[in-house]
Amino acid sequence: MIHNVGMADAKVAKGDDTLRTLGLGSCVGLVLFDPSSQVAGLAHIMLPTSHGTTEDRFKYADTAVETLLGQLIEQGANRNHVRAKLAGGAQMFAFSTGMDLVRIGPRNVEAIIAQLVLLHIPIVGSDVGGHVGRTIQVQCDSGQIWIKTVLQGDRFI
Amino acid sequence: MDMHHERGMEVTDSYQLDSYAADILCELGNIGAAHAATALSELLQAPIAMRVPQVELVPFDEISMTLGGPEVVVAGVFLQVTGDIEGTMFFIQSMKSAKQLVSNICGGEESKDGFSDIGLSALGEVGNILAANYLSALMDFTQLRMLPSVPLVAVDMAQSILSIALQTDQMGGRYALVIHTAVHHREEQEDAHFFLFPFPGAQDVLLHALGIGGSV
Repeated sequence: MIHNVGMADAKVAKGDDTLRTLGLGSCVGLVLFDPSSQVAGLAHIMLPTSHGTTEDRFKYADTAVETLLGQLIEQGANRNHVRAKLAGGAQMFAFSTGMDLVRIGPRNVEAIIAQLVLLHIPIVGSDVGGHVGRTIQVQCDSGQIWIKTVLQGDRFI
Repeated sequence: MDMHHERGMEVTDSYQLDSYAADILCELGNIGAAHAATALSELLQAPIAMRVPQVELVPFDEISMTLGGPEVVVAGVFLQVTGDIEGTMFFIQSMKSAKQLVSNICGGEESKDGFSDIGLSALGEVGNILAANYLSALMDFTQLRMLPSVPLVAVDMAQSILSIALQTDQMGGRYALVIHTAVHHREEQEDAHFFLFPFPGAQDVLLHALGIGGSV
């Protein structure tokens, strides 16, 4: 079964299910997975910081990582086996130094990595940055991510 | 006049879109896009028709639906708007109509997959001209300042491009106000689209400037 994850949303699934999110630009798809229990979660994160907002926890890097981890554990993941992969965080519009809005992709990636470090979750794969949109599909049992792009073909991480 | 929400179409955490306000914003879309379409028609020396503007509170996930879905490949020009009214603006075309536009302006054929550097810069320049026309018409009408940034061009999935409008701290919640106007060549169905995403707060400033009050 394929579970679609919308913007600022997240889902957790198990076994041979897949998780998918479409058209990531500067947003980041964060995957947390535990291969031993075959539980995986995918969050579509849009912004680095929540500035204290308690709503839309998956929209912001500083609230999404911990919340997704909590949901994984609820679904039977072993905290010590959880790993992370990242995809997205592109700078869709090149030649745009100085515009804060345009640099949001790299800032999202930095903020998510900071949270992962804080929570001692190892990052075992990433395909971030560049100037390209990505659709990603996650295999829950293996944690493998199929990344589709328009101009640069497909790849797996 | 006070805002009365019993007439409201929808209420979210960041916006209230009153049907009366929606009418005004729709008229603004009309004025802006009409001027931009005139400029486009002059550039192409061809008649351009305009559809009725749509003013909507769109859930983030449906932002690319008018373009055919999140993964549809489009050519987009993006600008930030600063001044009295702040927000983001896009001029988005299907690949087919973007290529047609570039070949009309630069001559020659663009390659099958993407655009040449000259093609991309032509797209940016056209976007720049159209946005300037759109915004100056709004400025004349509202007497508010709206300044476009340098235009930036991207060719990729619709949602990857449009989502940048939502990725700012000003855009709280999970809905965005969008003023959307499609234009097209008279004989063809190939659309080009103007999207204006005013930041929350801009709506009140606009209505206030037009002497209609608003919940400032």
